[in-house]
Amino acid sequence: MSASVEQPPQGAPALRLHRQLVKIWATGPGWQRLAAVNHSVIGLRMVITSFVFFAIGGILGMLTRVQLATPNGDFMDAETYNQVFTMHGSMMLFLFAIPMVESFAVYLTPKILGTRDFAFPRLTAYGYWCYLLGGTILTVSLIARVAPDSGWFMYTPLSSNVYTPGVNADVWLLGVTFVEISALSLAMEIVVSVLKMRAPGMSLDRMPIFGWYILVTAMMMIVAFPPLILGSILLEIERAFGLPFFDPTRGGSALLWQHLFWLFGHPDVYIIFLPMAGALSTMIPVFANRPLVGYRAIVVAIIALAFLSFGIWVHHMFTVGIPHLALAFFSAGSAIVAVPTAVQFFAWLATLAHGKPRWDLPMLYIFGFFFVFTAGGLTGVMLAIVPFDWQAHDTYFIVAHMHYVVAGALAFPMMAGFYYWLPLLTGRTAAYRLAVPAFWLIFIGFNLTFFMMHLTGLLGMPRRVFTYNGDEGWDWLNLLSSVGSFVMTIGFGMAVIDIIVQLRFGRRVRRNPWNATTLEWAMPMPPAPYAFASIPRLGPGKEQAAPGQLALSLARGEGYLGFARNGWQETLGVHMTSGEPDQVIVLPQPTYLPLVTALFTGAAVLAMLFKLYLLSLAMALVTIGLFVLAGQRAGLGRDYGPLPIGHGASVPPHTEVASAPPWLALICVLVADGTLFTSLVFGTFYLWIAAPHWPANLAPEASRVLALGVIVALVIAAVAARGSLRATSAGARAQGWIGLAVIALLAAIAAAVGLIGSVTPHPHQHALGATAAALIGFVALHAGIGLLFLISNLLRIHAGFISPRRLTDLRLSRLWLDYTTVTGIIALGLVLALPALVATLGARP
Amino acid sequence: MVVAGLMAALCGCSGPLSTLDPSGPSAASIALLWWVMLAGAGVLFALVLTLFLLVVLRPGWGSRLPSSRWIVLGGLALPAVILLPLICYGLLAGERLLPLPGHSPPRIEAVARQWVWTFRYPDRGNVATTNVLHLPAGTPVDIDVSSEDVIHAFWVPRLAGKIDAVPGQVNHLRIQADTPGRYEGQCNEFCGVGHARMHFVVIVDRPADYPAALAAAAATTKAEP
Repeated sequence: MSASVEQPPQGAPALRLHRQLVKIWATGPGWQRLAAVNHSVIGLRMVITSFVFFAIGGILGMLTRVQLATPNGDFMDAETYNQVFTMHGSMMLFLFAIPMVESFAVYLTPKILGTRDFAFPRLTAYGYWCYLLGGTILTVSLIARVAPDSGWFMYTPLSSNVYTPGVNADVWLLGVTFVEISALSLAMEIVVSVLKMRAPGMSLDRMPIFGWYILVTAMMMIVAFPPLILGSILLEIERAFGLPFFDPTRGGSALLWQHLFWLFGHPDVYIIFLPMAGALSTMIPVFANRPLVGYRAIVVAIIALAFLSFGIWVHHMFTVGIPHLALAFFSAGSAIVAVPTAVQFFAWLATLAHGKPRWDLPMLYIFGFFFVFTAGGLTGVMLAIVPFDWQAHDTYFIVAHMHYVVAGALAFPMMAGFYYWLPLLTGRTAAYRLAVPAFWLIFIGFNLTFFMMHLTGLLGMPRRVFTYNGDEGWDWLNLLSSVGSFVMTIGFGMAVIDIIVQLRFGRRVRRNPWNATTLEWAMPMPPAPYAFASIPRLGPGKEQAAPGQLALSLARGEGYLGFARNGWQETLGVHMTSGEPDQVIVLPQPTYLPLVTALFTGAAVLAMLFKLYLLSLAMALVTIGLFVLAGQRAGLGRDYGPLPIGHGASVPPHTEVASAPPWLALICVLVADGTLFTSLVFGTFYLWIAAPHWPANLAPEASRVLALGVIVALVIAAVAARGSLRATSAGARAQGWIGLAVIALLAAIAAAVGLIGSVTPHPHQHALGATAAALIGFVALHAGIGLLFLISNLLRIHAGFISPRRLTDLRLSRLWLDYTTVTGIIALGLVLALPALVATLGARP
Repeated sequence: MVVAGLMAALCGCSGPLSTLDPSGPSAASIALLWWVMLAGAGVLFALVLTLFLLVVLRPGWGSRLPSSRWIVLGGLALPAVILLPLICYGLLAGERLLPLPGHSPPRIEAVARQWVWTFRYPDRGNVATTNVLHLPAGTPVDIDVSSEDVIHAFWVPRLAGKIDAVPGQVNHLRIQADTPGRYEGQCNEFCGVGHARMHFVVIVDRPADYPAALAAAAATTKAEP
């Protein structure tokens, strides 16, 4: 990739420009570090935090191996063991795997795409703090010996309050949901940033492959997390307030949880795999000394993988007793998912075959990846074949398969990525004295540990047993697994020491030590807080210029925005597909607001955990207030019109364009929220069709008048929002329209609350009432959030942030209220149709 | 994979809970499926790893094959050739094992609760046994599996695959033991602190001895409430 430098240097020498930009972009020293919003700072913190959770999760895994090394082990009792294995799985998946891949995305994506930061730096920081606090709650519960103990997938009804009465399951539901919301907010930010913030000239079809992987992954997260978040909310409501969604004695279904969980859980595997595959697709061409083979085939493959991964969740449920046609469908789907993976594998092999491969440390881990992931993929195809799954399901064969897949997909590419990008981070290269033996210890230890488990499983050992008798023929396999786990741990320990040594004593290197072609190497090492002193222009057809030379020209300010203006943190927004600049995005400065908001969010979660529901509500309201407050400081206080960006071009600031990042972000929010709503509707139908204990004589009834009242009020609010937009763009006052919308929403909320009170059967008694209450509650909640949008509009009109040219706020309100109205009509229509539908279903077998 | 096969062969795959030591048609057909898949997976694994090492260690070795050919052959043709027959084989094998309606063998109810198995024999005067299941040899039997509390799973590895015991629904598993003897079964879905000890014994009697053996076992169960 190359910059076409169209003009002579714009004057500012590199050092002066550096000083000016650092003053604007840098995070302050001391306590001000807590106010950091910069992607490099947050990304690095996320890497370290997730690695710490990896270490804790790893220690928990070691504890299970100590317990299982010999039969009848008395190192732990069953209660402790259940907490340990549950937390091992939960931590590795939710506190290590997902945050680790996200941290790669956060740290690298803006750099690889040639921009200065993400679109919503305060959201990055909020996401990080939520993750840290949620992870801390889970870790503390372990120390307090009240950790979750129902397994990392928390099957109901074992996790319901009848069979797990303590606080353990609540810790999981609340802590993990807390972390998931952070993951979800980061995913939305990544989608918007990849689509809108790239180097000018980087059209989507020329975007570095890493960008494609991250974009697809983030989109998958937006759709994958809501079903689990909904499941967790419903289960927590059942546990805390007694509404039966999963209780089979009151019309709920134990299997509904499994559907919601695996609807998340299966795509999650690919959410972990794809970013790391993106790292591999970035590294392999560098070590093959040639461009990646099959760029388009890979893009098609990862999009196909994303779609397929949502269609195969039932393969985790082959033994729950489902119709055999469904078995055939999901079996075939699960096997076919091997195809896009094979396409990527052979694209990598072809890249190596057609290049001049050189052997370096990251290649060693890439070899480890090929070895381990191939084995895991092959056992995955075996498990897709239903009869074999009937035997292997829930045995150590699954434990082996899962570790081969997840460690293959994550741990080995992660280590390769560490060694590849550490020079960027530190400006130093590895010494390699310890790195090579560390790799072999990890590799041999890993295979020793988990390879044996295939056999242990085939010999009949179920997973999640805290001990065994010793007459099953599992003794020596378990002992070898335990020995292997210690070898692997020593290997990871050595690798950590090696990396620390490299940070401190590594040989200093000049720019671009690997001779790579991506833009993250076209910047100072370690990266400056502003990332690029000026933003490169990518010309068509000049793919192979060295980032090293580009770096000097960018540092002299020869690209776009090579100057400081108004003390603004400026970067460029581009057209989504063509990559032509269409706006200057002015990013917010460091602030403590994300930390404070996260602390109040954490307080709400903790209060919920200790069953202080009023306090929790109060804290949640403060959190919401802080979000509205954060909105007050966004944007610009007056109209600017087109601003010069260098090279003779001028574009308006993001506040004055239609496709501003907040607009796209709201669309992402609505996609996630729409998925949650769809899952709720799916759950409602599922219970009606499949749940036991649904007597035919049930006569559900909800007040038609109130339901119609809610719908009418929502329509009025949506119309009033349009009125406010039209009035403002015509230069008139919009407050009257907004006031009308507020009154309509208040009426809608009041009617919805009355409607919940009138639902029969009572939501406590039967899932029918509970699902109706959940649907109406969804509408009331969204009307309430609509109120916040309107309040924010009034405040910002008053403060001068809205003008006929700066209409984003009002457009956001309109979109939200439209969405609320549409989902409201569907939800209430469903509630009104309940009697007829249940009468029909009363005849079910 | 090859090593796995060797080691499995060396250790004889035997064991009271071994899926590779089948003693019934269902487990035997799944064990055969496993050995077939293991052989195929071993070949594929060796292929991918050999290709990786060759292209890295012998630069230029694979460059005669155009890069698009690599992707089409390895990414599309290879999986198609392997997956399609495998899926068909798996589906047919699975279809034969399902308790399809039409043929109705004797039924036994298996009811799970934390952490006990109760077996009822509707065809034998509805007698019950606890943690011991009596089966006649050489005859298919349908087990109706259900649960009174949380989800468990019914599994006798040497006879057949497993099926979950889900509260609020009844799942069916067709099972057949070829030879009389003592087999072991266990709960295979995590069900709380007692999960590891939720075992049961399967006693397979010759059809002639079956009624007497069952009656004796049921009497013992009644004696210890």
